Amino acid sequence: MSEYYDPQDLPKFGDIGQEAPELAKKFFDYYTEVFNEGELSAREKALIALAVAHAVQCPYCIDAYTQACLEKGSSLGEMTEAVHVACAIKGGAALVHGMQMRKVAKKLSM
Amino acid sequence: MHSFTHKLRESDLNLVREVTDTLQINVGLLCNQACKHCHLEAGPNRRELLDSATARQVAEFAALSGFTAIDITGGAPELNPVLPELIADLRPLTPRLSLRANLTALGQPAQRRLMPLLAENQVVLVASLPAINAEQTDAQRGQGVFQQSLQVLQELNALGYGQEGSGLELNLVSNPAGAFLPPGQAQAEERFRSQLARRWGISFNHLYTFANVPLGRFKHWLTCSGNYDAYLEKLVGAFNGCAVQGLMCRHQASVNWEGYLFDCDFNLAAGLPLGGRRTHVSEMSAPPPPGSPIAVAEHCFTCTAGSGFT
Repeated sequence: MSEYYDPQDLPKFGDIGQEAPELAKKFFDYYTEVFNEGELSAREKALIALAVAHAVQCPYCIDAYTQACLEKGSSLGEMTEAVHVACAIKGGAALVHGMQMRKVAKKLSM
Repeated sequence: MHSFTHKLRESDLNLVREVTDTLQINVGLLCNQACKHCHLEAGPNRRELLDSATARQVAEFAALSGFTAIDITGGAPELNPVLPELIADLRPLTPRLSLRANLTALGQPAQRRLMPLLAENQVVLVASLPAINAEQTDAQRGQGVFQQSLQVLQELNALGYGQEGSGLELNLVSNPAGAFLPPGQAQAEERFRSQLARRWGISFNHLYTFANVPLGRFKHWLTCSGNYDAYLEKLVGAFNGCAVQGLMCRHQASVNWEGYLFDCDFNLAAGLPLGGRRTHVSEMSAPPPPGSPIAVAEHCFTCTAGSGFT
């Protein structure tokens, strides 16, 4: 294996069902249902998925949801703002743990 | 190479003509823009133009054929000096006469007389607007096109186009600004309608979302950007057999600026003549009959991707 991530793996995602077809079916049915039009539009859901893809740093998801966002009519500006939302939450989550650091430090310090 | 014929056979589908009730007239390749997705490679340096004599032959063919719709396209048809006389000849021959406009040509000072002429003749306008942002629109169509297009749309609205009850129909066409498929038409129309109204006070009747056809300048861009194979795979993968029944080539004939006939504007761009041989409108006494074969090639996967191309 020359690379951990291969773009050609993405279209083969369905193969994951070969060893556990029932579990895979449940997952893919649920996955499809999640992204259907609902209270949120399919376009809005794709933007959320793009942001989450960056937060979890999944290259397959970034590839797939960049295309999905474009195909659902989103602009690069909207997609960039979505990534900033992911960045703000991830950065904020790191920073807010500083409160724990401060609490521990204060307890231990004179 | 993906074979469309093989795909039809594999899906047990037969693609032949039904009643040909629509005529599309391509009046030439001259255009003030050189859009990156243009399947005809139209542009400011092209000299192919329908002349008066051929326009009369096309009108004579239309008079014999009783088309329910006639669609004028280009290039930018606005730049062909024959356009006013063509409109005058065609107007009595069909209940629905439409013109594909790129908006910026219509807004040029030299073409100012055209807008009232189109309104007087109740010509349906089908205008290109790929996106509701400057970044994607200008990337596809050229710097500054988005702002100019908005201004022309506002002028058309002021004339009554796109306004309820005016009888002046203004439809928009959105093609993706890249190697990806278009959004769903209903959802995109809703967004375009609300955003154009809220931000620029613009109204329109319908929005059509069409995939880009891998021919001409778009094919060149796909190849140079390394997107050609993946784009073709995407089109083939999105093949929808149900879309075959509604394909425009079943009901439409296209005629080029020289008067030769094709099944559609894409076959025209690919040089695939109607019926497999070059036929001039002057040789025709009626539209091609139902059951006539339709020429197909790899680019036909564009019209069967997703909900299809009408």
